Amino acid sequence: MNATSLPAEPRDSDQRALRDARNDRLFRLILKCCALLVLLTLLGAAASTLWGGREVLFGHTWEFLTTSDWNPVENKYGALGPIFGTLVTSIIAIVIAVPVSFGIALFLSEIAPSWLRTPVATAIELLAAIPSIIYGMWGLFVFVPFMADHVEPKLSDTLGQLPIIGALFDGPPLGLGILTAGIVLAVMIIPFISSVMREVFQTVPTRLKESAYALGSTKWEVVWDIMLPYTRSAVIGGIFLGLGRALGETMAVTFVLGNSYDIQASLLMPGTSISSSIANEFNEAVGTHRSALIALGFLLFVVTFIVLMIARLMLRRLSRREGN
Amino acid sequence: MAAIYRRRYATNFIALTLSGIATLIGLTFLAWILWITLSRGFSAIGVPLFTKITAYADQGGLANAIVGSLLMDLLAILICAPVGVLAGTYLAEYARKTRLGSMIRFLNDILLSAPSIVLGLFVYVIVVLPMTSLSGGSVSFSALAGSIALALIGLPVIVRTTDEMLQLVPGTLREAALSLGIPQWKLTVQVLMRASGSGIATGVLLALARLAGETAPLLFTAFGNNYMAYGPLDKMASLPVAIYQYTNDPNPAMHAIAWAGALLITLFVLALSLLTRLFFARKKVNHD
Repeated sequence: MNATSLPAEPRDSDQRALRDARNDRLFRLILKCCALLVLLTLLGAAASTLWGGREVLFGHTWEFLTTSDWNPVENKYGALGPIFGTLVTSIIAIVIAVPVSFGIALFLSEIAPSWLRTPVATAIELLAAIPSIIYGMWGLFVFVPFMADHVEPKLSDTLGQLPIIGALFDGPPLGLGILTAGIVLAVMIIPFISSVMREVFQTVPTRLKESAYALGSTKWEVVWDIMLPYTRSAVIGGIFLGLGRALGETMAVTFVLGNSYDIQASLLMPGTSISSSIANEFNEAVGTHRSALIALGFLLFVVTFIVLMIARLMLRRLSRREGN
Repeated sequence: MAAIYRRRYATNFIALTLSGIATLIGLTFLAWILWITLSRGFSAIGVPLFTKITAYADQGGLANAIVGSLLMDLLAILICAPVGVLAGTYLAEYARKTRLGSMIRFLNDILLSAPSIVLGLFVYVIVVLPMTSLSGGSVSFSALAGSIALALIGLPVIVRTTDEMLQLVPGTLREAALSLGIPQWKLTVQVLMRASGSGIATGVLLALARLAGETAPLLFTAFGNNYMAYGPLDKMASLPVAIYQYTNDPNPAMHAIAWAGALLITLFVLALSLLTRLFFARKKVNHD
């Protein structure tokens, strides 16, 4: 305003101030557009999979969500098989990974001598750096034969003979199957869950722990009765974070699931998952088949989005308390 | 000693032992996977791997897949590094406490662990399908689409690291620069980004380590190619997809090549993540 009201030619410094202000606005706008791109990516991923799968999602909603008959030749697409496989493998992974991760976090934050902590923590985190296709290859060529020769025969001989849960461990020791995929997923998500747990355990105030030790608590009592209640929401957040990873993982499970759309009670039988169905069939699919696979992708996106949202909200609760 | 003490000490002993065993289980799996990859990879590695393109049985190499991976990873980083750094700068410098800022930060954290296969589908719908219909079918799957999919994997990593690194820069540095009359964009580019340069570089390296091993988003964007390709609109082979195809083949000779490729990727990714740790370690020393 001042610059324009000056009678003679504006001074040099005023011109510079104007230019700076204009550049600042431009700079801010560019930055904001880039940040909005993150928002757009998530919205776009949801919208484009919804759009790509509209034929099946809106045309055959009921059939898609409630039947398990997946037959591209007869143009039947019931998604219950992949949904079942995704949920069951992820639940197995969580059941195995949570206690193991808790043990690792406990070991690294309370038990291990300080010189051992960094190397062991780095090694565990390297598990997260290994590409998922490597897990898939190791799973197929090494872990599947191992399960078939050593683990599954014993499981069906012991647990498989029990009255009710026996049905879960019944069947031929193929190696391939839901249980094997669940274990591979568990190994993959252990580093994520354990590093969250370890981080939040470190936020527990030392005086709280020392008070408990001073009253004569054992290490385990301090961890179970003091640290875990203090960090409960973040620990649950970490578990959901792992669950989100497990639900969406593709390459590690595609090789070891066995690719069968039948829903079977036994965990030793082959199955399929949403992501592995997409990976296996997408490039050969046309028309309704392709639309059904994109619709599966939409389903997966919505479920993982909700799980990850819960995870982040739980994790955020602790950091907010820390700020107070 | 009273029974209650004995029971408490016994519980403690059992719990601590189990936790040690849990750590051993984690380390065992790491050692097992690495050992298998190294031993099988090294026994299959050889000069033909780098000179021959993918072909059937023992005639094959990985030359086109290695070149394809390098090109697409590079292009992906060129796409996501500038966007990610700028977006992270916005979050740290302009939207640290705003509602929009915390919403983007929240969604970025979700994108960080979103299933990569869905991002592949997303790029298929918004890039591959339009390009197919625009070109009348002569261009469909392309290296460009693959790079965009990979860039979406790397983007949230860079956004988050940049945001965190810029927030670490002390406020006095900003005040000192602003009091000299420097415009904010100059402050950001010439002072703040320089101060947190190694941190931002770490973020880019982390993103590269993350996207280099991705297979799922490439399957229906770059597709794969059994010949050498350099153009951004060609279908392009990549190491992870080549490994996937070779592993799916029943022929053991193909599996050997797949292990060699697996070794290359694993070494690359692990070297990158160890390198970033070094960066971080140095940075911490600087700040103390």
